[in-house]
Amino acid sequence: MTKDPAPHVALFVTCLADLFRPSVAFASIALLEQAGCTVEVPGQQTCCGQPGYNSGAVEASRPIARSVIETFEPYPYVVLPSGSCAGMLKKHYPALFADDPDWQQRAQGLAARTWEITSFLSEVLDFQPDNGALTETSVTYHDSCAGLRELGIKDQPRTLLARAGVDVTEMQSTDICCGFGGTFCAKMPGLSEKMVADKLKNATDTGAAMLLGGDLGCLLNIAGRASREAASLEVRHVVEVLAGRMDGAAIGEGR
Amino acid sequence: MQLRSEQFQLLATDAMADRDARERRDVMGLLLPAVRDQAVAQLGDFEGLRQHVKKIKDHTLNHLSHYLQQFEEQVVMNGGHVHWARDSAELNRIVLDICRQAEAREVGKGKSMITEETGLTADLEAAGFRVTETDLGEYIVQVAGETPSHIVGPAFHKSEQEIRDLFFEQHDLGDRDLPDPPAMVQEARAVLRERFLAADVGIIGSNALIAETGQTMLVTNEGNGDLVSTLPRVQIVCASIEKVLPRPEDALNQLRLLVSSAIGTTVTAYTSFYAGPRRSDDEDGPAAFHVVLLDNRRSEILGGNYQDMLACMRCGACLNHCPVYVGAGGHAYGWVYPGPMGSVLTPLLTSLEAASELPNACTGCGRCEEVCPAAIPLPDLLRDLRAEEHNRKITPARWRHGMDLHSRLTRWPRLYHAVTGVAIALLHRLGRRRGMFHRLPFAGGWTAARDFPAPEGDTFMQQWRRQQRVAASNQASHE
Repeated sequence: MTKDPAPHVALFVTCLADLFRPSVAFASIALLEQAGCTVEVPGQQTCCGQPGYNSGAVEASRPIARSVIETFEPYPYVVLPSGSCAGMLKKHYPALFADDPDWQQRAQGLAARTWEITSFLSEVLDFQPDNGALTETSVTYHDSCAGLRELGIKDQPRTLLARAGVDVTEMQSTDICCGFGGTFCAKMPGLSEKMVADKLKNATDTGAAMLLGGDLGCLLNIAGRASREAASLEVRHVVEVLAGRMDGAAIGEGR
Repeated sequence: MQLRSEQFQLLATDAMADRDARERRDVMGLLLPAVRDQAVAQLGDFEGLRQHVKKIKDHTLNHLSHYLQQFEEQVVMNGGHVHWARDSAELNRIVLDICRQAEAREVGKGKSMITEETGLTADLEAAGFRVTETDLGEYIVQVAGETPSHIVGPAFHKSEQEIRDLFFEQHDLGDRDLPDPPAMVQEARAVLRERFLAADVGIIGSNALIAETGQTMLVTNEGNGDLVSTLPRVQIVCASIEKVLPRPEDALNQLRLLVSSAIGTTVTAYTSFYAGPRRSDDEDGPAAFHVVLLDNRRSEILGGNYQDMLACMRCGACLNHCPVYVGAGGHAYGWVYPGPMGSVLTPLLTSLEAASELPNACTGCGRCEEVCPAAIPLPDLLRDLRAEEHNRKITPARWRHGMDLHSRLTRWPRLYHAVTGVAIALLHRLGRRRGMFHRLPFAGGWTAARDFPAPEGDTFMQQWRRQQRVAASNQASHE
C-alpha cells in the first residue's frame, strides 16, 4: 500500500470539544498537521446526534445523520477526538438506515472513512509524537466504553503515549464505565455517582497526578467528581499531551 | 411476583446505602468476571462456539412450533405428559392440579426462574402444600422470606453472618455451633435431606428441552435437582417455550457456553437428562413425569424486534459485568430478572409503562453484550426500548422536548453555532474563575453527583472562524 503523501483530513470537532474544551480540537489539528495531514474543519458541523439517539429520540437522529453524511462526504478521512462519536458514525449510522439502501450505502461509505484520532494516528499514519513528552508526571488512562468496545481502542493511545515517552500506570478496572453514559448521569445520579466515585478512587489509588482519556464526556464527568471530592487529579484529553499543549488549564481548573 | 420496577432508583439508593452489602457486591463485581474470563479463555474458540450456538438458536426460534411439537411427541412417547400454560396463573393451576391429583402434601423444589416468574411457591403454599426450596441459595432466600437477587446465585446478597443468624433463628440448633460455611452447608444439607425423602412431588426447572429425544437437561452444582427428581413419586419440569433445542449436541454446545459464562468452570458438578417416568426395569425414578411449558408473552416477542432476547440462557454474566447491577443490586430491579437481561425482559414480559425505569438503567457501556454467550445485543435492545418509551410518550415530557429541541437545533448549523456561542460565553464568564459549578439550573442531575466543568472560553467554532478570518486577511494584505 502506498502512503498518501498528505492525507486530506476533515476534523469532526464533536460538540463537547466545540463547547467545553476547544483546546482538544486545536490539539487534534496540531497533531494531525504534525503527522503530515492537510486538515479542514467543515463549518456546517454541529453534533453527531448521539444524545437523542441514545435517549430514544431515534427518529430525530436520522436527519442529523443525513446532514453529517452530506457534510463529510467529500473527505477521504474523517477524524474525531472521541471514541463514542466515531462509534456513532461507524456503527450506528449504518444501522439507522437499515431500511433505506441509498442512505445506508452512503452511511457505510462514511463509516469506512471515519477514524477515532488515536486509532488514525497509530494505525493509518504510524505517527511518532515528538513533542508530547511528559516524563515528570505520573499518568493513568481511562478506557472509554464506546471506543473500547465498539472500535477496539485500547492499545492505540497507549502506544502513542509510550512513543511520546509517557509512562502509563494502569488503574484497576480501567475498562469499566465511569458512570457518564450520556443522559444516564443526569437521569440516575445516584448510580452514576457511585460509578464515578469508584472510577476516581481507582485512578487516585495509582498515585497518578493526571488522568487521560479519549472521550470528553467521561473526562468532564471524572473531572467534575474530582472537583467535588477535592481530589488532586488533573484531567485532560490524551491529544493535549500528545500535541504537547499542556500550558492551558486542565479540565475544570479555574483561572 | 409483584412488580416494583418503577421504584428502581429508590431501591438502588437504599441498596447502595448499606455499606457492607455494597462492598460485597463490589467484590463479586471483580471476582465473577475474573473467573468467567479465565474459563472462557480455557474454552478455546469461545467466539466460534458462540456463533455456532447462535445459528442453532436462531434457527430453532424461527421454527419454534415445529420443535416444540417434536419435543411434545417425544415426551409422550417416553411416557410423560406435556402441559401448555399461556401465563403464570395457568402454569400454577396446572401444577396445583397435578399435586392434588397425586394427593401430595409435600413438594420439593429445585431452582427454577420460571417458577419465580409465576410465583408458584406462594400459590402452592396458599393451597396448603408444604413447599421446600432445595437449592441452597433458594433455600436461604425462602427461609429469609426474600426473593432471589441474582439468577444464578439467589442469595448472593446475604453475608455469611446473615445466613448464620438466619439458621440460628429458623433451625433447631440446640447447642450446636455454625463456625464456618462448611458447617452451615452441612446444617442445610441435614435439614433438606428430610425434605427430599418426604416430598411427594418434585418440581425442577430446565436449562434445555431437547426436541429429538424429549429429554430435559438440568445443570446443578449441588445435586439437589437429581434428588428432587428421582425420590418423589411425581416429577414436574417447569420451563418456558424458548428453551427448546433440536438435538442433544445442541444442548451440550450451549452447556459449555452457559457453564463457563455462569460460574467460570468448564462443567457443573451435575448435568442431568430427564426422560420420563420410571420404566418397568428401572430401579428408581418417579412414577409420573410432567413438563409444563410457559409462554407468558414469549410468543409475542417471537418474530419481532426483540426475538434475540429469547436466546438468553440465564447465565448471569451480564449481571456480573454490569456496573449498574453491581451498584444497584438485584432487588432494585423490582421483579424476577435483574441486570441487563432483566432490563430487557421485564418490560417485555410485564409492561413498558410499569418498568420504564429499567431500559434507562444503562450507560451503554457494552460490557454485557461483549460477554453474553448468546451474543444478544443487549445495549441495542435497551436503546430500542428507550425509543419505544420516547415514541409512546412514556419518557417524561421535559426529556422528550429537550431531546427534540436539541435534535432540531443540531440540524440548523448557523442557529446552533449562534445559540451555543451565546450560552457558552455566558457559562464561561460565570464559571471561569473557579473552573467548576457546584450547582447549575437545568443540570441538577449532573450536579447532584459532581461539579460541572465550566467551558474553557469561546466555542471552538467561534475561535476557529476568527483565526480563519485573520489568516485570510493576512494573506490578502501580503498579496
